[in-house]
Amino acid sequence: MGQIDLRGMTKVFGERGSEIIAVDDIDLTIEDGEFLVLVGPSGCGKSTTLRCIAGLEEVTHGDIVLDGTDITDEKPKNRNIAMVFQNYALYPHMTAEENMAFGLKMTTDLGEDEIAVKVQEAAEMMGIQDLLDDKPGELSGGQQQRVALGRAIVREPEVFLMDEPLSNLDAKLRTTMRTELQDLQQRLDTTTVYVTHDQTEAMTMGDRIVVLNEGTIQQVGTPLECYQQPNNKFVAGFIGSPSMNFVDVVNDGQVLTHEAFTYELSDAMASELQDVDDAFVLGIRPEDIRITNEANDHNAIRIEPTVVEPVGDLTYVHFELGDTQLTATVSGDVPIQIGTDLEVIFPEDRIHLFDSETGEAIKNSQREVQSVPS
Amino acid sequence: MPRSSYDYPGYDRSGPVYWFKTISLYAGVIFGVLWMVAPFYWTVTTALSANPSSGIVTIIPETVTFEHFRALFAEYPVQRWFINAFIFAGAVTLFNVTFDTLAGYAFAKLDFFAREKIFLLFIGTMMIPGMVTLIPVYIILSELGWVNTYRGLIAPLIASPFGIFLLRQYFKSLPSSLGDAARIDGCNKFQAFYHIYLPLAKPAVATLGIFAFMGAWNNFEWPLIIATSNDMYTLPVALFLVQGQYTDNWGLVMAAAAIMVIPIIVAFLSAQQYFIRGMTLSGVKG
Repeated sequence: MGQIDLRGMTKVFGERGSEIIAVDDIDLTIEDGEFLVLVGPSGCGKSTTLRCIAGLEEVTHGDIVLDGTDITDEKPKNRNIAMVFQNYALYPHMTAEENMAFGLKMTTDLGEDEIAVKVQEAAEMMGIQDLLDDKPGELSGGQQQRVALGRAIVREPEVFLMDEPLSNLDAKLRTTMRTELQDLQQRLDTTTVYVTHDQTEAMTMGDRIVVLNEGTIQQVGTPLECYQQPNNKFVAGFIGSPSMNFVDVVNDGQVLTHEAFTYELSDAMASELQDVDDAFVLGIRPEDIRITNEANDHNAIRIEPTVVEPVGDLTYVHFELGDTQLTATVSGDVPIQIGTDLEVIFPEDRIHLFDSETGEAIKNSQREVQSVPS
Repeated sequence: MPRSSYDYPGYDRSGPVYWFKTISLYAGVIFGVLWMVAPFYWTVTTALSANPSSGIVTIIPETVTFEHFRALFAEYPVQRWFINAFIFAGAVTLFNVTFDTLAGYAFAKLDFFAREKIFLLFIGTMMIPGMVTLIPVYIILSELGWVNTYRGLIAPLIASPFGIFLLRQYFKSLPSSLGDAARIDGCNKFQAFYHIYLPLAKPAVATLGIFAFMGAWNNFEWPLIIATSNDMYTLPVALFLVQGQYTDNWGLVMAAAAIMVIPIIVAFLSAQQYFIRGMTLSGVKG
């Protein structure tokens, strides 16, 4: 078992008068065996949340409950958790084997032989049997990462906590380790809380992701929910790469007006938007912008590409609408040239509308679930 | 010939500039060595000469004799002074290593009320000359009845702000995530210190140990004040005694001085690498 409940968890740093609220009243349930990713920009409180769960930071208010037991005031060693750190935090004066055995030595009554067997098993799982006698200084970044993971799994904890464990690896290794970590988590079926600032990692790894900003939860959901149905403008802009385009528009009843274009709404949509304020932020993902040949097409907008970035399969086309920079992703096969005007369309079923003041989502894109072609 | 630092392709090992630089370098180094070694050499030769005089410097003594050493051991309780000095310097070293590492760790890694302010206060005491506190410390120890005891000799020197500073800086340079990892692995704060940080701080601890030992071994004024009888003296103070009674017997004085230096030389040679690293570590001259 390994179900974690955070109830109204708040963490305040600093002395009176200059407090910084790192985590602000978070309620979250992490299911047993789940791979949960905490994602957000620097300083959003994701690492602090993790450190609170680990017991490395004392929470200011609220409770942390593990499998029904309140562990808010428990010491880290009594929480049955293991943690992997960004810089691995391997003990430099110990060999890989001693590093992995250290936790078992300190927390269990196991004899040396039993510990050695467990270390050997964990080493086999991580493919580091040959490195056990080396000290961390003699290992490469990827090998150190494996030892650090080995040190976590050898403890057989209820919960793994991982604090940006891949961010010190080079891009290629990161991709490999990402897959390997997912595979490992599935095999062990241990609850994992994973912190990252990289939305790609969040999207690809998490069963669910929690988007945090300024110490509060913006959205909890599966990666696709967060991508397709963002709760607010922050989530919409944070999840997805390149990020969503935003333009300020005014609703005239039937038409959304922007200084550079007008957007005619369908009747259904117009009636849907009747009761809400008239100033919106229109959001559209780069990959949802369509290029059209017909200048007279409904709602077509004439644009002039300012920068074109071909990346092979795709091409990123940057353009301006008024003062706003936008990006469209088009197929790499379409030749686009700077200076040659294009007609683009924002399909109505793909647009998002956000309240211009609060950023709350008023309307999200409507995607149909497609079945796998047989 | 200078080696590695000049060993790069294209470096010309000839010509007047090269020879001028090389000869100047060696001349400087040789002069430095002579400057440092000469007084010590003089000490040893004087101790070994039959009839030394303060007025004449003999490069090589005419007759080599161990008479002064024999006389020194026969006429004075040298063994006792030696043991006193060892107890004094050994205990001071042990206490300093213990307390300074613990305090340094606390100041570097533990979170407690007014940590930085208290640390500043500690460092601030380094600005006060020892002479200023000499009398008050003596009075306190005298009230305790510790004058002319080992306790009195050792007590005021069991921790030093310099040592705490040195260790704090070293502990600060070690990543905090190691301590976090240790706590996750089941250590309490002391175990994290003992199992993780302390082994990693070996160079700093060794440096501190050498500084403390040398400082105590060579300490003259404190044992002079607190030790009031012959059998509580340490070697530096006793040296004064030897000189005081036989003003003319330089052979005896130098024999005592030569004996005094031996442990320092042994300590230095055995921990030379740490000593040099320690000097760069602390940024101060040993």
